[in-house]
Amino acid sequence: MNEEHQLPRAARIFITFVALLRANGFAVAPEQTTAFLEAVTLLGPRGPEDIRQAGLATLAPPPERRATYDMLFRIHFLGDEEIAGDRSDDEEIVRLQEEGRGDDSPPLADEANESGEMAVRAEALTERRFGPGGPSDALHRLAREAPTRLPRRRGHRRMRARRGPWADLRQTLRETVRNDGEVMRLVRLKRRSRPRKLLLLIDVSGSMKARSEENLRLAHTLLRATPNVEVFTFGTRLTRVTRALQLKRREQALAAAAHLVSDWDGGTRIGDALQAFLAVPRFGGYARGAAVVVLSDGLERGDLSALRDAVAKLSRRAWRLSWLTPLAAGAGFVPQTEALIAIRRFVDDMADGGSSVAVVAHMLSLRQRRAA
Amino acid sequence: MVVRRNIAGIDSPEALEKALRGAYYLADEGIATAAYLALALGKPLLLEGAPGVGKTEAAKAIGAILGRRLIRLQCYEGIDASAALYEWNYPRQMLAIRQGGDETIDIYGETFLIERPMLAALRAPDSTVLLIDEIDRSDQEFEAFLLEFLSDFQISIPERGTVRAAERPVVVLTSNRTRDLHEALRRRCVYHWIAYPTAEREAKIVMMRASSVAEATARAVVAAVGKLRREPLSKAPGIAEAVDWAEAATLLNKGGARWPDAFKRSIGVALKDEEDLAFISPRLDALIAEAAA
Repeated sequence: MNEEHQLPRAARIFITFVALLRANGFAVAPEQTTAFLEAVTLLGPRGPEDIRQAGLATLAPPPERRATYDMLFRIHFLGDEEIAGDRSDDEEIVRLQEEGRGDDSPPLADEANESGEMAVRAEALTERRFGPGGPSDALHRLAREAPTRLPRRRGHRRMRARRGPWADLRQTLRETVRNDGEVMRLVRLKRRSRPRKLLLLIDVSGSMKARSEENLRLAHTLLRATPNVEVFTFGTRLTRVTRALQLKRREQALAAAAHLVSDWDGGTRIGDALQAFLAVPRFGGYARGAAVVVLSDGLERGDLSALRDAVAKLSRRAWRLSWLTPLAAGAGFVPQTEALIAIRRFVDDMADGGSSVAVVAHMLSLRQRRAA
Repeated sequence: MVVRRNIAGIDSPEALEKALRGAYYLADEGIATAAYLALALGKPLLLEGAPGVGKTEAAKAIGAILGRRLIRLQCYEGIDASAALYEWNYPRQMLAIRQGGDETIDIYGETFLIERPMLAALRAPDSTVLLIDEIDRSDQEFEAFLLEFLSDFQISIPERGTVRAAERPVVVLTSNRTRDLHEALRRRCVYHWIAYPTAEREAKIVMMRASSVAEATARAVVAAVGKLRREPLSKAPGIAEAVDWAEAATLLNKGGARWPDAFKRSIGVALKDEEDLAFISPRLDALIAEAAA
């Protein structure tokens, strides 16, 4: 592979393509660049398709950003004009279907229908910018106590313990050898516990306007504090914001999430949003055995039976389903809205979601509650 | 890195695709290219896709065309080195110590070592294909542990030293994407996302896999399955389900059931979730009639 050591001019276009990908947020390691060059050499290349395939295989763009990759490829190698309306992470956004589910309306999670371009016209979507928010005590408490006070479950890994159901044969044998073949004691093992999955579904519709920003802040703190957290927002769409919120700096993470979520302060179709969530197998799996927390006022504009079915399904999958609504501020809360009455019997805890203090307090109390 | 242009007579993606067809696996251009590159560059092949699109089958077919033994490591939560790599035979070691008396014995000798899939593949890299199946089911600890194995193809056994592969073994990893894999893992592999095949290709796959199925049946089943995949179901039917459905319907038809009815009665092999069935049943007749047309 002589040509690679000298990097001839012909190789430049490939290196610059990698640079272009990096500039657009694709993580490409140097070794992947090398593999890309080798792959292109191996395949000929006999045409642009070979180069595209080599890039797909070696640079490994995540499937949900395939469309962006293809667009950059066309711009770089085929000289296409820039195509407007790129919204990255297509697959992470599920646009809810219009009335009459199951007819020939666009399929869920189909990249072609979610470029967002069409949707902008139809839904009058808005983007929101967050101002810098001061640190709040509730979030500090969450960050501090989340690692120890969030729910845990029994894991499948074992750890040494004074008493436990299994013998650690490896360690026992080592000690036996040390004691000239005499077994003095059995070293025991027990199952280690690990953090339970936590799924946060945040309502960002107009009626939750006062809370949605605070709730996202809270989600960011939670993601920093503990693993196994998934965060989605819903309104007229369902958006996975986990990846965006994983950025370390809060303002940056919130800005990334705000950019991704395009249905701020719009209407709500909670039932459809939850149905859509459950219908994408990859998403639906996040709810299985998880502590599910829905932050929503339950003001449903859509079909009540769809909401009921979805909540029932979610409840069956979840370890425990909490519905935190700002309407429940104050003791002795009795649900008044039709939607909340309809879903009451599937929800394990219906509690106050009116302030971060209340939400944090509820989350940290989850561990004391049992599976339902 | 050693680049091998020609592996067992395969010198291009097209040659690989043809060979795979001989092993009853219909590969599209993307997967043939990715698999060829993985073999030629000596990198592991990471296949991701929805359940039932033929990821494991692809690995089996690759093993078959190379004439190698397939070693399968099924991942699960909590899988660790003793299940994936090696384990000592403790009872035998203990017995040897007790019976040994004054003789010196090496209790970490070959006779006490139990080979697990990864060690087996490492020791015979030229005659095996290692399939690490459903890596997304394992936990992060195991993923981190895999990183070392996949980049250097060596493992260290504290009592024995380092075992290194004589040549780079062929490794295929599959993932259902129930969680995001670590970037470092994706980086070390040649990556391919397997999508559902086109209707044309899927009909061919059904006929290839189930020889008793007539072409019209295969096409109808594929059309129906394609429609089902567009519904918001919790478990969409994969290719395996399409094959099963075509076979089941053919069987019922031979037993005397009429056509649309045979499809309807055998829906249970395609949709295996009660809620999905309940959701689709009011429109099932129309859907099947449309697909059969």
